[in-house]
Amino acid sequence: MAHVSMTINGSTHEADIEPRTLLVYFIREQAGLTGTNVGCDTSTCGSCTVLVDGRSVKSCTMLALQADGRELTTIEGMAAEDGTLHALQKAFHENHGLQCGYCTPGMIMAADSLIREHEGDLTEAEVRLGLEGNLCRCTGYQNIVKSILAAAGEMR
Amino acid sequence: MAQTATKYIGSDVPRKEDPELITGQARYADDLTLPGMLHMVLVRSPHAHATVDNVDLSHALAVDGVVAAYSGADLADEWAGPLLMAWAVTPDIKNPPHWPLTKDKVRHQGDGVAVVIATSRAAAKDGADAVVVDYTPLSVVTDMEAALADGAPLVHDDAGTNASYTWKHSTGDADAAFASAPITIKERYVIQRAIPNAMEPRAILVQPNTAMGEYTMWSSTQIPHILKVAMVVATGIAESKLRVIAPKVGGGFGAKLQVYAEEALTLLVAKKLGQPVKWTEERSENYLATHHGRDQIQEMELAADAEGHITAYRVKIWANMGAYLQIITPGTPLLGAFVYCGCYGGDSYSLECTGVFTNTTPTDAYRGAGRPEATYAIERAMDALARKVGVSPVEIRRRNFHPSSDTSFSMPAGLTIDSGHYHEVLDQALELAGYDDLLADQKARRDRGDSKQLGIGFSTYLEMCGLAPSRILKALNYAAGGWEAATVRVSATGKVTVVAGTTPHGQSHATTFAQIVADDLGVPIDDVEVVTGDTQLAPLGMDTYGSRSLAIGGIAVHRAAEKVVAKARTIAAHELEVSEEDLDYEGGTFSVKGAPDQARTIPALAWSAWTAHALPDGMEPGLDSTAVYDAQNFVWPYGTHICAVEVDTDTGRVEVVKYVAVDDVGVQVNPQIVDGQVQGGVIQGIAEALFEEAVYDEHGTLMTGSMTNYEVPAASELPSLTIGRYTTASTTNEMGFKGVGETGTIASPPAVINAVIDALSVFGVTDVPRPASPENVWRTIQQARQAEGGQQ
Repeated sequence: MAHVSMTINGSTHEADIEPRTLLVYFIREQAGLTGTNVGCDTSTCGSCTVLVDGRSVKSCTMLALQADGRELTTIEGMAAEDGTLHALQKAFHENHGLQCGYCTPGMIMAADSLIREHEGDLTEAEVRLGLEGNLCRCTGYQNIVKSILAAAGEMR
Repeated sequence: MAQTATKYIGSDVPRKEDPELITGQARYADDLTLPGMLHMVLVRSPHAHATVDNVDLSHALAVDGVVAAYSGADLADEWAGPLLMAWAVTPDIKNPPHWPLTKDKVRHQGDGVAVVIATSRAAAKDGADAVVVDYTPLSVVTDMEAALADGAPLVHDDAGTNASYTWKHSTGDADAAFASAPITIKERYVIQRAIPNAMEPRAILVQPNTAMGEYTMWSSTQIPHILKVAMVVATGIAESKLRVIAPKVGGGFGAKLQVYAEEALTLLVAKKLGQPVKWTEERSENYLATHHGRDQIQEMELAADAEGHITAYRVKIWANMGAYLQIITPGTPLLGAFVYCGCYGGDSYSLECTGVFTNTTPTDAYRGAGRPEATYAIERAMDALARKVGVSPVEIRRRNFHPSSDTSFSMPAGLTIDSGHYHEVLDQALELAGYDDLLADQKARRDRGDSKQLGIGFSTYLEMCGLAPSRILKALNYAAGGWEAATVRVSATGKVTVVAGTTPHGQSHATTFAQIVADDLGVPIDDVEVVTGDTQLAPLGMDTYGSRSLAIGGIAVHRAAEKVVAKARTIAAHELEVSEEDLDYEGGTFSVKGAPDQARTIPALAWSAWTAHALPDGMEPGLDSTAVYDAQNFVWPYGTHICAVEVDTDTGRVEVVKYVAVDDVGVQVNPQIVDGQVQGGVIQGIAEALFEEAVYDEHGTLMTGSMTNYEVPAASELPSLTIGRYTTASTTNEMGFKGVGETGTIASPPAVINAVIDALSVFGVTDVPRPASPENVWRTIQQARQAEGGQQ
């Protein structure tokens, strides 16, 4: 067993874990934050995307031990404490950017990173390219792209 | 009490479902944990066909944390029955029993051999890795034609053949029509196997209460009600002791319209151990153990007069069943059996379908289920007929469309279509596509011998959905009915609960049904909650598939609300001391004709019904009602999809440069949600046409067994669509609803492939394999160039 401690959405989470534990399972099973989903076992689908020190990471590609001492944000940490939705959450709702909702947390976290790290206005093509690591089977992406472009306008 | 005047039906109400989904608070099955919960992992066969000679569980049982392990033989005597197969399409169908774990022989890669149960997911996996199974590999057959050949390896020895059934349907005398027709065409199409890939893998959790003999199952399923019956059949647990809940479900696309071995196993193991047990599918398991779709060979023949007016259809299909018949495996191709004539006329129709066992993962419903295959055949054949007659794809369709009609009419396969305006929808699509400009661009590229050729493809599809009238299901020998149920309950304080029998996995039932009921009862939509997916809370239901939730379930919801209004009317008349005929009803308020200030609202009448202080003599207290609706006909959405592709003739790469979808889905409750369904479905269909293909090698090993080598497309590979709409009310139901869940995957593949062929017609190409991947397109071009002696 190995000891690990990290900050998730402003709260400290620590536990003794098997060293092989993936970060996504630490988030889901140790921290109890099940908004971060698992959609594949090949780091392809992006459903498990979270922010690690502000940058988007597929949390199935990291061991929990590698996140020791770092600051994480998951979908549960996106809205303000008073419940006010993040611009991306609001945009996904207003633009019908989700259907079953399973990929949505990963999409929102990836999009947050994409918008903040991009200089200048995002184009549709840039959003589509930026989402290459996040799969959705319901929406055909059209309204996801629309949602992200709407949120990008608001976040600037 | 204040009343809203808003009419919700027809407006883009933001989804009621979203708040928990966008904040991470929604609970899918794998998000649930229970005290004392154990984890189950399956041991799966690496072989596609082998005898199971020995299963040694001893090493698994020695792994720290493992509490139990069972082989198929260990559990063989504990089943009350095999997994349910509900559609014996012919009296002599070969339907070998399908047990949750095999005990003697594996028949496809991924077939379950043993289960290991442990205190953690990781320990269960370690235990499964430690199980030692001795196999003797057998000869494998994955190809249907090879499976039907003499001397082929038998998937099921007792069946004596790999042909499960042959089903026939005909109207008129097609053979005679073909014998005398001046024009006939015969085409062969191969529909490749597809893997549904809902983003949420399956997950199951069972809570046993052994003292009471009661069991609760949470499963990522589209069909909690049917699953419950199937679990009774498999385990012998009394139906009254079993509760099945579909929590949030992360997509289905038909793949969760199934009764799975893992559901029966989780239930049985939880019962044996007396502790909660969870099973969560990994994606690589999903590729092997969740059913696949499509996989057909089709022979499509049309007979026509000299001008190309179709007189007869003759179709032969071979459908790959995979290794076992799952819940509607044999019936899935037959869901398309009545639409090989599309929205076109003709006098006779003949169809024959043979189901074939192979050493592959079982197939079953995948978004559209039989109708995408049928639509592909007829829409490809229409282009072939156009070439033979020497007219454009547009003209051949116009010559054969049914006349526009607001009322029902019969079609060549012998069913009755509710309504349709085929010419008008085609006109709208041509305009939205800028068809003349596309043709000009295409001509310019052809004239200059551009390496990037433009192709324009059409699909003027017709869909049969709203599954299904129970009497027709009986005629097709399906085991259950096709009705749907709903309860509408107005509480003492005027809040409304809708309990619906269909269950969502992304389709927006809560918003859509709330819109219907809010309009019926004249209450704000925020006062309406929708309950689904729990057999205890919503005991009556036939679940979600076949674009039925609105066209069948929505009618049940509406009728339940109307019954509530009828009871409220009786109370209102009693309180206002007038006859019921003297009341007007509008926007949720009953008012006395000529004295509109004498009025009662639905919430006020709900209070009266709850207090029951002064109800009419003999009336039961409470304001709630249940309706069960069984349709008399299907509903028949249709439309025109136009796809423009640019084909790089040097590399074979196909890019969709424009896609126009004009659909008539009947009356729309929420246009934004309808658009979302069209967008998602069309993209799924484009991916099927261009990218996706399940490939087995000669050993029956699935070569496309993960998301890294089965191409579920990403956003960067896809276009945005241009969407138009035309509305003709369905005559099947009083709301005019048709359906939209499957239109996209039904309509789009032939539009894409017809476009690719159109682009390659400069090389004389008339066929291209699916998917139209760069490799397949490039090879097609090379073959055509060789055949033409190196021209172009």
